[in-house]
Amino acid sequence: MLYFSKLRILSIALFSSLFILIALTNLFKIDDDFFDKKINLGLDLQGGSYLLLEIDNAPVIEQKLQNLTTTIRNYFKDQNIKINNIKIEDEKIFFNVDDQSKQVVLDTFMDENSDINPYYPRFKSHQLEIEDMGLNLKVNFSTQGLISLKTSSQDQAIEIVRRRIDEVGTNEPNILKRGNNRILVELPGLDDPMRVKSLLGKTANLTFRFVTNNENDSFGVEKLKYEDGLEEATVSKRIIISGDNLLDAQPQMDTQNNQTVVSFSLDRVGAKRFGKATSTGIGKQLAIVLDGKIISAPVIRDTIASGSGQISGGFTFQSATDLALLLRSGALPAPLNIIEERTVGPDLGQDSINAGMIALAIGFLLVIIFMFVKYRVFGLITNLTLIINLFILLGILTLFEATLTLPGIAGIILTVGMAVDANVLIFERIKEELKDEKNNILAFDSGYIKSRTAIIDANITTLLAAIILFFMGSGPIKGFSVTLGIGIFTTLFSVYFIARLFTSIYVSKNRNKEKLI
Amino acid sequence: MIPFNKYYNHFNLLSTILIVCSLILLVFKGLNFGIDFKGGTLIELRSSDTKINVSSLRDKFSQMNLGDVSVKKFGNDKDYLIKFENKDNKKNVIEEIKINLDKSFGNNFNFRRVENVGPKVSAELLKSGVIAISLSLAIMLFYIWIRFEWQFSLGAILALFHDVIVTLGVFSLFSLEINLSIIAAVLTIVGYSMNDTVVIFDRVRENLRKYSDIKIFELTNISINETLSRTIITSVTTLLALLAIYFFGGEILKGFSLAMILGVVFGTYSSIYIANTVLVRLRVSQKTVLREDDQK
Repeated sequence: MLYFSKLRILSIALFSSLFILIALTNLFKIDDDFFDKKINLGLDLQGGSYLLLEIDNAPVIEQKLQNLTTTIRNYFKDQNIKINNIKIEDEKIFFNVDDQSKQVVLDTFMDENSDINPYYPRFKSHQLEIEDMGLNLKVNFSTQGLISLKTSSQDQAIEIVRRRIDEVGTNEPNILKRGNNRILVELPGLDDPMRVKSLLGKTANLTFRFVTNNENDSFGVEKLKYEDGLEEATVSKRIIISGDNLLDAQPQMDTQNNQTVVSFSLDRVGAKRFGKATSTGIGKQLAIVLDGKIISAPVIRDTIASGSGQISGGFTFQSATDLALLLRSGALPAPLNIIEERTVGPDLGQDSINAGMIALAIGFLLVIIFMFVKYRVFGLITNLTLIINLFILLGILTLFEATLTLPGIAGIILTVGMAVDANVLIFERIKEELKDEKNNILAFDSGYIKSRTAIIDANITTLLAAIILFFMGSGPIKGFSVTLGIGIFTTLFSVYFIARLFTSIYVSKNRNKEKLI
Repeated sequence: MIPFNKYYNHFNLLSTILIVCSLILLVFKGLNFGIDFKGGTLIELRSSDTKINVSSLRDKFSQMNLGDVSVKKFGNDKDYLIKFENKDNKKNVIEEIKINLDKSFGNNFNFRRVENVGPKVSAELLKSGVIAISLSLAIMLFYIWIRFEWQFSLGAILALFHDVIVTLGVFSLFSLEINLSIIAAVLTIVGYSMNDTVVIFDRVRENLRKYSDIKIFELTNISINETLSRTIITSVTTLLALLAIYFFGGEILKGFSLAMILGVVFGTYSSIYIANTVLVRLRVSQKTVLREDDQK
């Protein structure tokens, strides 16, 4: 166990110095993408915001089912089948048909080439499930149908979220999917997420609709409140133009009355419809509705054919800027709820880094002093190994551009404390061997061999714990498991290659000395 | 040689009492779950005005209609930790608090940390925490089962349960907060406790093969003594590292390092006084390990 070939010594030296060099690159700025790798600081160390958003798909499902009732009614009407008592209850559609037609309806839904019920050959499932309840028929989304609905609304939502955050201009945001109805947003360096939160909290569903007094409007009407929550107006459900028709929106100062407004321009279709509505509707009030609330309802005085216009509504410059931003980036397919938020200010992050580094330095120093007092020369070897071990660990973290968190620093300190375990196991075993074996080299050799199973067992148990943590933990805890886990490998390497190399050099020079350890 | 085996019965009794007390505490008093597992809002504030104190801050917060608010000093005189349930999951609650504080105390507060965990997320975090700990116990059980004879596995697992239960018992007794980092600490304790037990067991098995005429009662004592200096040195270096984290690593890591310190102390104790006594009580002998060797 004590023999090292020249080649081996060389490769150990190369390997160690490589990682030490990589670790040191953290201290310098290198103008090269490949070599300029750095350990990333977690949000808890550099400050920033972590937001977990959940998409509320209920309105989307409701809307889809609503559309579906019309589709079903019209589709079967063409086949001379009358659909009766169609209603939506608890995310399911119920309806009646006469007994002769029942089978036709069931077959239409079950058909793989069905016109109204898409079939996913990959999952061997339809979008919708139909069931004969005796009294009536029940239609609801299949598991696969729900999944594809959720995935598509997640895909749309993440795009909109990205656009909105990019518009705010934070540095290097991290926007990721979580499951099929969540979006994770990490915003490093942002200490006040208030604006981002309020921007993400709005669906930004914009519609222009006529205010009406006619309760029997063929599209139906609804009562909507104004933004200030005081007044109400009856608004037709017929949508003249929606946010989808917008090409651009910008905040602007209206020089005539010194008001901040949001000016917008419409696409071709939108411009045409807007022009038509404004020409036929002169004298009527056109309500501008955002997320179910009326921003304003100006009276149409003139035909607007240019396809551009202004929204006024007592905005401040900030609120006009935000509204323009929301309109530019488009509407979310469904409302988002912030279900988890963690924000750390930059000064707390810096304090945590300082405290972590001080703890690391002190912990390191205490362990080094203790080992030196306990083992003298071999303590020095252990300590030297420990330092190299630390650098290799940092080197690997740098190479993989791992994220260092506060618990991650704790993991490094813990690695320092536990890394000596392997050395201690070996040294104690050698001491025992020396009681019976007078030949130093043989005693050292068998000490290394006999302690091996215990060392491997000990490290595997810790590694297992680290692996479980890695898969179950989130954010900062993951950082802890990463440093703990990598620490085990660097420790084993440094104990079996570096420390053993130093030991073998020392022992072969002092092979005849008594009481070597 | 220290006669550890003379006190096997005494310490078994003590451990039984400790476990029973811990279980009683866990069942009747329960654990003080932090917002990670209970849901709610946490704010860490730093004030720049020395005239502000806990009671004035507490009064102010209780007027804000936030429900049950806890206001505590956090580490030093300038920092405060505020926690409340945020039952209705109000969206702009932080904004409102900022405005309210600025109105009454002037612009003297720095919001150093804000955490808001919704009820759904906290339930999920708790579930995954429980799964993580159970899974790690199961995996350790499996590992030790393939590495050792069943008597050894039983000893190691009992020691492991002892460490986890008693550590949680201490957290319950002093109402210390259980958050995500405590789960990490408990998992590391599981690894550490196992590690410590395995080192001694390794020696017990080696000695069982070596000596046929020594009874297990004596043999465990020999093995404990032979590995004692390693046990002590490793515990000391680990504790030194942990104490450095506890005292210098900042407030956020205090709970984590405390749990780990307790775990290391209990882990070291249990490897000696629980793991080994199980071997003694199950009358493990040379036959136990030799039979296993024959099968292999």
